[in-house]
Amino acid sequence: MPEPLIYDLSSPGRVGVKLPDLDVPRAVLPDGLVRDILPLPELSEIDVTRHFVRLSQLNYGIDIGFYPLGSCTMKYNPKINEEAARLPGFAFTHPLQDPEAAQGNLALMYALQSWLAAIGGFAGTTLQPAAGAQGEFTGILIIRAYHADRGDTKRNKILIPDSAHGTNPATTAMSGMEVIEISSDERGNVNIEELKAVCDDTVAGLMLTNPNTLGLFDEHVRDICDLIHDCGGLVYGDGANMNALLGVVRPGDLGIDVMHYNLHKTFSTPHGGGGPGSGPVSVTEALLPFLPGPIVDIVEEATDELPPLYGLVTPEKSIGRVKSFFGHFGVHVRAYTYIRMHGGKGLRAVADHAVLNANYIRVNLQDTFPIPFNRVCMHEFVAEGQWHDAPDVRALDIAKRLMDYGFHPPTNYFPLIVHEALMIEPTETESKQSLDAFIEAMQHIAAEAREQPEVLRNAPHKTPFGRLDEVQAAKQLILCCRPAWLDEA
Amino acid sequence: MTYIPHTERERQEMLAAIGLAGIEDLYQAIPEEVRFPELDLPEPLTEMEILDELLALSEANLDTRHFTCFLGAGAYNHFIPAAVDHILRRSEFYSAYTPYQPEISQGTLQTIFEYQSMMCQLTGMDVSNASHYDGATALAEAVIMALNHHRRKRGKVLLSSGIHPHYREVVRTYMRGMELTITGDESLATGVPDLAGMIDEDTTLVAVQYPDFLGRIEDLTALGDAAEKAGALFCVVTNPHALGMLRPPSEFGADIVVGEGQPLGIPTSFGGPYLGIFTTRQKHVRKMAGRLVGETTDTRGQTGYVLTLTPREQHIRRERASSNICTNQGLMVLASAVYMAAMGQKGLRKVAELSYHKAHYAAERIDALEAYSLWNGGPFFHEFVVRCPRPVEEINELLLDFAVIGGYDLGQEYEELKDHMLLAVTETVSKAEIDNLVDALEEVAHA
Amino acid sequence: MEFPKDLKYTENDEWIRAEGSVGIIGISDYAQEHLSDIVFVDITAAVGDELSKGDSFASVESVKAAADVYMPVGGTVKDINEALPDEPEKVNASPYDEAWLIKVEITDASELDALMDADAYEAFCADRD
Repeated sequence: MPEPLIYDLSSPGRVGVKLPDLDVPRAVLPDGLVRDILPLPELSEIDVTRHFVRLSQLNYGIDIGFYPLGSCTMKYNPKINEEAARLPGFAFTHPLQDPEAAQGNLALMYALQSWLAAIGGFAGTTLQPAAGAQGEFTGILIIRAYHADRGDTKRNKILIPDSAHGTNPATTAMSGMEVIEISSDERGNVNIEELKAVCDDTVAGLMLTNPNTLGLFDEHVRDICDLIHDCGGLVYGDGANMNALLGVVRPGDLGIDVMHYNLHKTFSTPHGGGGPGSGPVSVTEALLPFLPGPIVDIVEEATDELPPLYGLVTPEKSIGRVKSFFGHFGVHVRAYTYIRMHGGKGLRAVADHAVLNANYIRVNLQDTFPIPFNRVCMHEFVAEGQWHDAPDVRALDIAKRLMDYGFHPPTNYFPLIVHEALMIEPTETESKQSLDAFIEAMQHIAAEAREQPEVLRNAPHKTPFGRLDEVQAAKQLILCCRPAWLDEA
Repeated sequence: MTYIPHTERERQEMLAAIGLAGIEDLYQAIPEEVRFPELDLPEPLTEMEILDELLALSEANLDTRHFTCFLGAGAYNHFIPAAVDHILRRSEFYSAYTPYQPEISQGTLQTIFEYQSMMCQLTGMDVSNASHYDGATALAEAVIMALNHHRRKRGKVLLSSGIHPHYREVVRTYMRGMELTITGDESLATGVPDLAGMIDEDTTLVAVQYPDFLGRIEDLTALGDAAEKAGALFCVVTNPHALGMLRPPSEFGADIVVGEGQPLGIPTSFGGPYLGIFTTRQKHVRKMAGRLVGETTDTRGQTGYVLTLTPREQHIRRERASSNICTNQGLMVLASAVYMAAMGQKGLRKVAELSYHKAHYAAERIDALEAYSLWNGGPFFHEFVVRCPRPVEEINELLLDFAVIGGYDLGQEYEELKDHMLLAVTETVSKAEIDNLVDALEEVAHA
Repeated sequence: MEFPKDLKYTENDEWIRAEGSVGIIGISDYAQEHLSDIVFVDITAAVGDELSKGDSFASVESVKAAADVYMPVGGTVKDINEALPDEPEKVNASPYDEAWLIKVEITDASELDALMDADAYEAFCADRD
């Protein structure tokens, strides 16, 4: 049942939170700058609480069930992370406090910078970028700055595989560079012949997601990196799929020069219904001077009596700030906690079980769903949501029907190179029972597709809401509500 | 292995089903010589142990619970009602993803729709998106929007020196790929009327902050008119807390209103995560970046909400997208929505007035001290600048003994303001704490 | 799917009907079918604009995709379909008739020769799927 809008629950004169009275003399209000009306809702605390609690009940989350959204890494969000971030000593510090008064925070950030570099096989890290897309933007700017610094200004091309996430070409365009798309070969790897043909001295770099969005580890990754380096370019690694590589291989060892991580994917920080994320960027030694600043460094070494003194420094050839202050510190605390509780072996186990789980589902569905590029995958794989003997049923319908079985659907229609794509990423925190239940549901749905396709076409049936009309939303474009009395005023 | 449920037997069963002998066999595609490195990380702690370590780290900071904080400069210490965190802890909200499957995401979608609505009413604009990362990136997105509005035919961006220094830096970083002239902020002496005089036919956007970085507020109508005459877009960077009391920028003719939403129910948290507000007029909605939630109906006739105008976004337009933004600040949107609902019309007005009056009391008392003087000549909101008798760094170190975290050292940002301190006073500061600050300042005035 | 014989087509799914020196331009049935429900049409060109072959003059949006529309030949804009933005669904219903986008005075008629005729375009579309 729909929940009324907050304005509909409002009642004129009702007050929520009470504040203390003014305890200082009143100053004169600024002439001509004070507003007449403030059209915000008026509710009591119980109304506010009920409203948002009821809204929460209309949501599905990882804490409710399996959430195999490919490329998003919907792993369990440890509750200790939430306690950590809320410690008053973290939550109630101001970013502009004297660094000497914030040594705990700086120590935490310094450790996280080092650990992320160690995990990826790099020399240093910035924690400033607010999300993966911003991390990508940072990485491309670093590549550009590196070339400009060497006096090499004709490199304006970025090579991007056709399987890439949309943020890759969007980031490139934002940086004022040209996108050259490289297709994938029949095994789902980057087409190396095509790559050879375009590598020249106008190429600034390549953006590579490995494992790629098909969930496959590129069989020629070292050759690819060598090719790019040989023509003078750099390789940017999109670290969205890092969950498959933790402790298995370090991207730096494969030839990646700069990479972003998604703390909200690989490192268990909550997705929050869309954010906040965090997209730290790690780089090789040669690119350290270009990192956005400030970053945390040791400004005075430790002595026998004293711990090191941490401070904020801006690298000498920094590309500048990409964000106010230092980044999403509240998210850093959660990632720190996660890594600290896993250690190297624990992270390796994360990758092992993420890859094990994905392959287990793959082999159990391969007879029911077409899987292009069907071989040992990494932490995710892509199936096709269509059958020639069920022509009316598409990936969208399968996704909607899964909700009736109590599951969140996999990612639909991405990557673009597979028709009716269903990208399935279970993550390591799902048990075999959970996977078996999902497999069974998928097999039922495959059968329904032949026997009762209308059930899929009209799904979901058991959720609080049916399919929503997106065409109507785009046409009528109602993007906010106004309290009725505002128009009467 | 902390959150991994598998037993040894289950692992074996699964490997058998896949047809592999051991876990290592999953990684055939990885070059052997670089496989399975030992990661240089400390040995893991259990949940019980980590709490001690985290407590020690968190207590190695001074925090604003134990010290009275007079730092503002873009992040403010406000009272957050308990109801906000209570809702933020509901895992139906935080363990959910972006609402791409609207049938099971109406909680997230309706929250965003309500946030969009309240932002429109606060700023006076017609539409709001579902947020950007912070105020700085929201301003950068405003510049991109203006450039696209003029189809990249105009090349000048005017920024007021009163805009937060970090925000201006971020705009410059974002615009590195383009041949633009970004100017207007070279000197504090360039006031709003001077900025208006710099607008010409090549100006794509003129931006000011209200209240500005130094706390100042002024009527921006003339600037709005000048922008309109030249066909330039007019952007106001604001503090939503101030809009609880001050005239919304829509009344000055703003085309775009951006700002930092951290004061709305989000703790200072050493700089993030925060909330980038972005609102604009209806006619610009298609050029606006970021997620957008719209109203619609479902197959059962119920009113519901969906992400809309998605073709603008990166996952469809790819290199033709106006921005690469993917994430919005989800949970921070929720926090601000609960805050605005809980405080309501009256609460937001009152909290703004409390800050205003307390700041003015503090300014008056400090100005009366012999060794200090108030720099602000005109109206200000809840921040003001004080000229100090000695370096701000020295004063702040001494203030710690009085359990006070002093204001921001403006000499770091503006040459003209060496030995000047930016102080913010919010509703959380009592008269006694202000009097304590004044006494402390007097005592540390001279070496 | 329709491929009217009297039109010429581009690989980007624009069609042009040449009536003497005037060219009428729109997007094809194939395009509207693949975009699905059109929700927005934005004609960015103005009467009097001198455009070259390949210049973008409009964009068409549906819920799942957005497409830029390009000049199949060079020309000066004589008329734009002012009514279309208010009724974007016409692009789906009548792509070759009511949903014309612009009319231009063709600069160089020989540019039409480089375009595909109906049969060639139909074959081109068959290959794509």
